[in-house]
Amino acid sequence: MKVAVLKGGRSLERGVSLRSGARVEDALDRLGHEVLAIDVGSDLVKRLVAERPDVAFVAMHGVGGEDGTVQELLEILDIPFTGPSAAACARCMDKVQAKDAIDEAGLPTPHWFAFNQTAFHEFGAADALGRLEETLGFPLVVKPSRGGSSLGVKFARSPGEVPQALVSAFSYDDRILLERFVDGRELAVSILGDEPLPVVEAILLEGDRYDFEARYEIGRTRFACPAELSAEEERAVTEAALATYRALGCTGFARIDLILGEEGPWLLEANAIPGLTDTSLLPQAAEAAGLSFEQLVERILDLALTPQGVS
Amino acid sequence: MAEVPEPTHRRRSHAGTRDLERYAGLFAERTTVMRSSAMRDLMAITARPEVISLAGGLPDTSTFPPQSFAAQMTRIAQESAAKALQYGPTEGFEETKDCILEVMGAEGMLPDPDDIIVTTGGQQAIDLVCKTLIDPGDVVICEAPTYPGAIPTLCSYQADVVQVECDEDGMQVELLEQLLAELRAEGRRPKFIYSVPSFQNPAGVTMSLRRRQRLVELARSQEILVVEDNPYGLLRYGGEPMPPLYQLDGGDFVIYLGTFSKILSPGIRLGWAVAPPPVMEKIVLGKQAADLCTSTLTQYFVREYFAERRWQRYVDDLVEIYRSRRDTMVEALRTYFPAEATWTEPEGGLFIWATLPDYIDTSDLLAKALRADVAFVPGQAAYVDGRGSHSMRLNFSGVDEDEIREGVRRIGKVIAEQVELYGTLTGEHRVPEPATEPQPNVVPFRKAEEA
Repeated sequence: MKVAVLKGGRSLERGVSLRSGARVEDALDRLGHEVLAIDVGSDLVKRLVAERPDVAFVAMHGVGGEDGTVQELLEILDIPFTGPSAAACARCMDKVQAKDAIDEAGLPTPHWFAFNQTAFHEFGAADALGRLEETLGFPLVVKPSRGGSSLGVKFARSPGEVPQALVSAFSYDDRILLERFVDGRELAVSILGDEPLPVVEAILLEGDRYDFEARYEIGRTRFACPAELSAEEERAVTEAALATYRALGCTGFARIDLILGEEGPWLLEANAIPGLTDTSLLPQAAEAAGLSFEQLVERILDLALTPQGVS
Repeated sequence: MAEVPEPTHRRRSHAGTRDLERYAGLFAERTTVMRSSAMRDLMAITARPEVISLAGGLPDTSTFPPQSFAAQMTRIAQESAAKALQYGPTEGFEETKDCILEVMGAEGMLPDPDDIIVTTGGQQAIDLVCKTLIDPGDVVICEAPTYPGAIPTLCSYQADVVQVECDEDGMQVELLEQLLAELRAEGRRPKFIYSVPSFQNPAGVTMSLRRRQRLVELARSQEILVVEDNPYGLLRYGGEPMPPLYQLDGGDFVIYLGTFSKILSPGIRLGWAVAPPPVMEKIVLGKQAADLCTSTLTQYFVREYFAERRWQRYVDDLVEIYRSRRDTMVEALRTYFPAEATWTEPEGGLFIWATLPDYIDTSDLLAKALRADVAFVPGQAAYVDGRGSHSMRLNFSGVDEDEIREGVRRIGKVIAEQVELYGTLTGEHRVPEPATEPQPNVVPFRKAEEA
């Protein structure tokens, strides 16, 4: 089978995407497929039309590749592709949209307010900050609506820290959200097809727990897979993740990030195209379920070629 | 005879997560301090062709005459092929040392050739000094900010790095004195003080003569080594030449590091270290273990190049080009950066250090700047402790003047947007106006006396 691996692009997560892509190419090669590696640029459509791959493996992260843009093109060109549909990708990428959908589905997500830059520039939204800070309490989390990894995510511990955190978050997107901070264990549930994989827990080994950078630095965070959870906790977490996956209309695969607090799981966000590098969580979870990386890649391809509706 | 199986795959398969865990138990302690971060991924994007990168530290190699390059390589091939392709002495060829003596002589230094070792770039010289002197936990003092490339080296030898603030006259030696007293009280003796005294990377500042003299006095009286890294000394565009620390000290307590990277080519990977004989003996052993000898081929290249007796003219050419680029960058900063920003106006070297209001984090700003296709080095890269997040390093040697102007304009625009947003958020509706009047020599550091 001729498989186009789409990777790179212009997003801030280009580096991770190139690593994901390279690893997928290796696996496809070993599985005996014909690999067409494409570092996505302005010639993408031309190349896809000329090469006519049987399927496209989308190994792109961040804006452009994970937000439905590339998926829309593939839908227009009628090339089957891996991961969720264009619409689902767009929903997952935009944290505000995703939280809306999660909330509408009656699933717990930390209380939040969203703003775009215009609200501050033209409508004096700054005057509303005091009120919503009261509602959310401190510390609160400020996030760019669209953005991957920890980029631009800041904690504000007091009202004085909010403007600076907003300036940072607005560096990544024109829309940001302020979110209530919920304390608890940080978990990620990867879902393959309609099957939840073993839960991964991120355990911060050292440093400030409010330092998001630390979570992505090798040596500062340990990942436990499967996470040590009671049967009851595990059921609650996987059910919540699966419900989120469905609420967002995901197919193929996705990773749902959540916090397990004392009252139960709090859903944070969904990653439509989670990382596939050596250290990424989806491959770790697959391995814990007994799937080698090749088997994982093969299964993802199968899911792309036999599309299922949203169950 | 058993048949050798055909290799089945083009590429080696990547390790699985479980495999990585298996290796993790084998990693040396020092690898835990070698950190990768999201910022490194951001920096990877600066390589996109449409990005104007003021992030590099690249000298301009485009002006090196190709015919001269061809002639030298031909001469090497015809006259010394066998030797140029052979191993050489660990310390380097005597002829290379003669070239080094010429370069150091141009700044008033005259070391004993036996005190010199030729290294694979100045970076290896830093590595070898660390290898020779640092045990895990040893204190090393360097400037704040310091050369970003020295930090991973110091960290990989598990040094306890302490940074001493700079102002416009370089490292604040008064603060260094206090620090030394404190360390002495704790019974800790710093292994060395690392400094780039002239046109510092990244700050662009130059240590004053008074401070140079005091630093050398301190080193001599307290018997502490100073590592003077001087890649840019000959790239002076204004002001009076300063004596290197090595010259002031005479080479007893100053280890001197030099390089051909900025006066000839970084691609030839040729640098050197000068150290007192007992230290040099250990450095040579370290070098032997690391790579036996520096590339003989590029040593031959330098020898041939210096024989043409025009290396100083080439440096003069570079000085002209870089001076003009520095002026362009300073002019562009005055035009396009908001009034809240300050920056250094270096008398030489390759870098300007700009500092923004404290509510702007330059790592986040970089994300915004990259969307505008322009890049710089966020200041945090020059600190071990997360400071520097409001500053940035701008390089003016590696891009032409139109690109400098356009690059600074783009950065100025994203900063102005941040300034305006912050004003809106805090109720101080400051609409940023680029300074229209040329500003006086604005520097981000106050003089110590004023502080």
